[in-house]
Amino acid sequence: MTANQYDAIIIGGGHNGLVAASYLARAGKKVVVLERRPIVGGAAVTEEIFPGYKFTEFSYVVSLLRPEIIRDLELPKHGLKILPLPSTFTPMENGDYLAAWDDHDLTRRELYRHSPKDAEAYDEYARVMARAAKAIKPIINLIPPDPSSMSIRDLMGLLKVGQYAASLSEKELYMVAKLATQSSADLLEEWFETDALKGTKAASGIIGTYLGPRSPGTAYVLLHHYMGEIDGAFRAWGFAKNGSGGVSGSIYNASQALGVEVRVNASVQQVKVKGGRAVGVILENGDELDSKVVMSAADPKRTFLQFVEQKHLPDDFVTSIQNFRARGSSGKINIALSKLPNFTALPYTGNGANSVLHRGAVSISPSIDYIERAYDDAKYGQISKRPYIDMIFPSMIDPDMAPPGHHVMSCFVQYAPYDLEGGWTDQRRDELGEAVIATIEQYAPNIRECIVGMQVISPKDIERIAGITGGNIFHGELLLHQIFFLRPTPQWADFRTPLKGYYFGASGAHPGGGVMGAPGMLAAKEILKDGML
Amino acid sequence: MLNLNLKTTPFHERTSALCQPQNWRKWAGYFVVGSYEHVLDREYWAIRNSAALIDVSPLIKYVIKGKDAAALLHRVTTRNVHKMKVGQVAYTGWCDEEGKMIDDGTISRLEDSTFRLTAAEPNLRWLTMNAVGMDVSITEVTDDVAALSFQGPNTRKVLNKVTEKPVDELKYFRLMTNKINGVDVTISRTGYTGDLGYEIWMDKKDALKVWDALMESGSDYGITPVGILAMDMARVEAGLFMLDVDYTSASHAWIESQKSSPFELGLDWTVALDKPGYFVGRRALEKEKREGSAWKMVGLAVDWVGMEKLFGKVGLPPQIPGSAIRGSLPVMVGGVHVGYASTSTWSPLLKTYIALAHLQKPYYEIGTDVTMEITVEHHRRQAPAKVVKLPFYEPEWKKK
Repeated sequence: MTANQYDAIIIGGGHNGLVAASYLARAGKKVVVLERRPIVGGAAVTEEIFPGYKFTEFSYVVSLLRPEIIRDLELPKHGLKILPLPSTFTPMENGDYLAAWDDHDLTRRELYRHSPKDAEAYDEYARVMARAAKAIKPIINLIPPDPSSMSIRDLMGLLKVGQYAASLSEKELYMVAKLATQSSADLLEEWFETDALKGTKAASGIIGTYLGPRSPGTAYVLLHHYMGEIDGAFRAWGFAKNGSGGVSGSIYNASQALGVEVRVNASVQQVKVKGGRAVGVILENGDELDSKVVMSAADPKRTFLQFVEQKHLPDDFVTSIQNFRARGSSGKINIALSKLPNFTALPYTGNGANSVLHRGAVSISPSIDYIERAYDDAKYGQISKRPYIDMIFPSMIDPDMAPPGHHVMSCFVQYAPYDLEGGWTDQRRDELGEAVIATIEQYAPNIRECIVGMQVISPKDIERIAGITGGNIFHGELLLHQIFFLRPTPQWADFRTPLKGYYFGASGAHPGGGVMGAPGMLAAKEILKDGML
Repeated sequence: MLNLNLKTTPFHERTSALCQPQNWRKWAGYFVVGSYEHVLDREYWAIRNSAALIDVSPLIKYVIKGKDAAALLHRVTTRNVHKMKVGQVAYTGWCDEEGKMIDDGTISRLEDSTFRLTAAEPNLRWLTMNAVGMDVSITEVTDDVAALSFQGPNTRKVLNKVTEKPVDELKYFRLMTNKINGVDVTISRTGYTGDLGYEIWMDKKDALKVWDALMESGSDYGITPVGILAMDMARVEAGLFMLDVDYTSASHAWIESQKSSPFELGLDWTVALDKPGYFVGRRALEKEKREGSAWKMVGLAVDWVGMEKLFGKVGLPPQIPGSAIRGSLPVMVGGVHVGYASTSTWSPLLKTYIALAHLQKPYYEIGTDVTMEITVEHHRRQAPAKVVKLPFYEPEWKKK
C-alpha cells in the first residue's frame, strides 16, 4: 500500500473515532484518523486555558464508557482512571441543602431529614428505575434492527428484542412504556414530595435536550442516565483522571500501541465517491487519501450534509438528516479559582481542601418549577435568567487539575439555546457567564472573589471548537424519536449508510452520546463484519 | 483492672476521629481502621491517584543488633543479607528446614550492624532459636515504633513539602533518615500497594506530630486517610500476598499440603541460592529449584462477559464485591480441581474481577484458560478466567 492508501479512514479524532480506529487496527487493518483540530479528543478534551489550570472544556463526567472497551483496548494501562464523584449537593433557596451520597444509608438518612416519606419511596424508586434500566440495557448492546426490513439479520435482531421484551413481566413492560412517554416531572411527582429532590432528579432528564421537565419523553432521558448505575463496573458518575481528555488520551495511547496513524490539523473537505461507493477523502489542503472504507465520527449533519455530495444520497434520507434534532441547549462555564467558593448551606472551615461538598457535584436545581422556568426563557430563544447548573470541582477529585491550593470549577449550564434570539455575540456570551455567576452567588456569596479566570462556552462555541453542528452535547437529542432504530434515521441505524463503504459511528448513532464509546466500537465491528477490508 | 480491649495504635486519636463508619479491623492485636468512609472508592483511588495515608503501626517489628546481626538474617532469610548496603531494604520470606515459608517481611539495614525486620506474625522464638551462639540482640519494637504507609503518585510531592531533606533521590527499596515537623523519622521507599509510596517510621511519642504535618501539607495534593480494606484491593492488583490469607505459615500448618515454598508463591527472585553458606531451608529449596514446583501463585482475570452470562441467566447484572474477598474459591479446568483462588477482588482501575490463585502444574502457565467458582444467587457457578502475569497493575512511576 502506498503512503496515502488505507484500509479505513476515520473522520474525526474524538473518543468514538479513536475507539473505532483502535478496534479496526486490532483486527490488523491499516487505519488513519483525521482530526480537524491540532489536538485529538473532540468534545472529550482537557486544555490548559489558563496556565496551570486544566479545563475539561466540554464533557466533564463519565458514567457510560463501556467496560468492554476499557478491557479490550487495555485503557488502564494507557492511563485511564475513573475517579469517584461520591455525592451530589443541592443547595436550597431557604438556605438548607439536600445531599445524596454513594452510600445508601447516608442518603436515606439525609432524605429522612426532609421527608420520611421520600426516604422510603427512594428505595423503591431506585429499584424500579434500575429494573427498567436493566430491561432496556441489553438493547443498547444490540445492533438496532430495522422493524420494517425483511432481511434475515434484521428479523433475527427484532426477534431478539422481542424475546427480550417478552421476558419482562407485565409490570416491567408497563413501567418501560410509561417511562417512554411520560415527562420526568410527572414521573417524579408520582414518587416524591421534596422539591430539591424532584428538581435534582428532573435535571438529569433534560440534560442535552431542548425540553423542560414537564415535556413528555423526558422520563426516558432520566432512565438513560440511570444506566451507568447498574453496571456494577460503574456504580455512579465518575470523573476521569486529567478530565475527559484523560479518556480520549488513554484511547489515543491505545490506538498508538495498536499502530493507528493519527493526523491532526487534517480537516476533511469531502468523501471521495467512485462507482457509487466511498473510496477515500479529500482534505481541505487538497491532499487525497484512498481507502476501502470511510467512517465518520462527526455529527450526522456534517457526516451526511457536508462531507458527501447530496447526489450520492437518497432524497428522503437527506430530508430525515435535515430534520434530525440537534438543537444545542446547554453551555459550559469553566472557571479557574484561587480558592474554593464557600456555600452558605454548608460552609467549610479551614482551607476547604477537605470540604465534603466540593468533592462531589453541586446541583443548582432547587425545584422542578425552577428548571421549567429556566426552560421557559429558552423556549423563546433566551438564555435562562436563572439556569440549571451542574457544578463540579475537578481539582478536588484529581488534585493535578490545578496548581496546589488553587482549583478549577466546571459548570454545565442549561439553558443556553443555540438559536439565541438575535444571535450569539461576545456580549451575549458574557451575559451567559454573568447569569451563571449571579446564580451561584445566591448560594456561594464569595464566588466572585475566588475567580481568577473564566471561559464561557455557548452552543455556538461547541459547534465552532468541537465541530458539532448545532452544538448539541449528544450530537443530537436523546429523544424517543431519535434513539435505537431511529438514530440517526430509520433504516440506517446499523452504522451503515446509503453510500456503500461509508459508515457512521459517533454519538449521533445508536446508542447515543455521553462519552460511551459504544457507537465507535459497534460501527467498527459492523465494518469488519461486512468483509470489505 | 483487667483490660481485654485490643490495643490502639499511636495514631488512634486522629484515626478514631475520622473513622465515619466505625469500621475497625483487628490486626496483630491492635485496632486499625478498616475504612474511613462508608464506601471504599475514594480511599482506593487515593492510593492510585493522589496520596493515601495508612496507619500500619501493628506491623510486627524487630530490631536486630550486634556483630552477628547480618549473619543471623543471612542465615534465617533467603536473601543475601551480607550484600545489603546500609540504607537498603529487602523484601524476603523465611522458611523452615523443609523450605516452606514461615513468614515474610522486609529487612532494613539501618546501620552496619543494626537491622529492622518486619513480620506479619511473632517470630521472636524462631529468630532466637537461630541465633544460638551469635553476638546479636533481638528486640521487638512493635509497640514503640509507629509506622505510616504513605502511598500514591503524589506522595513524593507532599513529602518534599514537609521533610527536612528532599526525598527525590530516595530510590525504590532504599531508606533515609529525615525530619518531619522537627521529628526524627526513617523513610523507606516501600509499600504494599504497587504504587509510588513510602513508609515512615517514627517513635510512637512523635506519631501525631508527623500525622498532622502530612495531613496539612497534603491537603492540596488530595491526601486521604485510608483504611486497610482499600489497601487490600490495591495489594491484590500489585500481586502481593498476605500471610494467613494467601498462604499458611509452615509453623501453623496442620497438614503438609497447607504449606508453601517461596517458589510456589512466585518469590523466586528473593531466593538467593547463589549466596555463600548455609541458610535455613537451603537444601530443600535447591532440590525444588532442580525439580520444579508443583504449585505456583498466579493471577487470574475473570472474564466479564462470562460473568455477565452466568448472572444474566437469573436476570441479574454481575454482582461485584465491594471489597477484597479473603476466602478460598476452587479453580477448575474441565470440571477438575486444579487449584484455588485465595484472595479475589474487583479492580476499580482495571474494571476486571481479579484473583490471586494457586494452581498446580501445568495449569499455572500464563494464558491457561480455567474457571473460578463464583456464587450466583446462592448457586455455585464456574466463571471463565485466564491465568495472567503478576502484577495485574504496575504504574511506570512505581520504581522511578
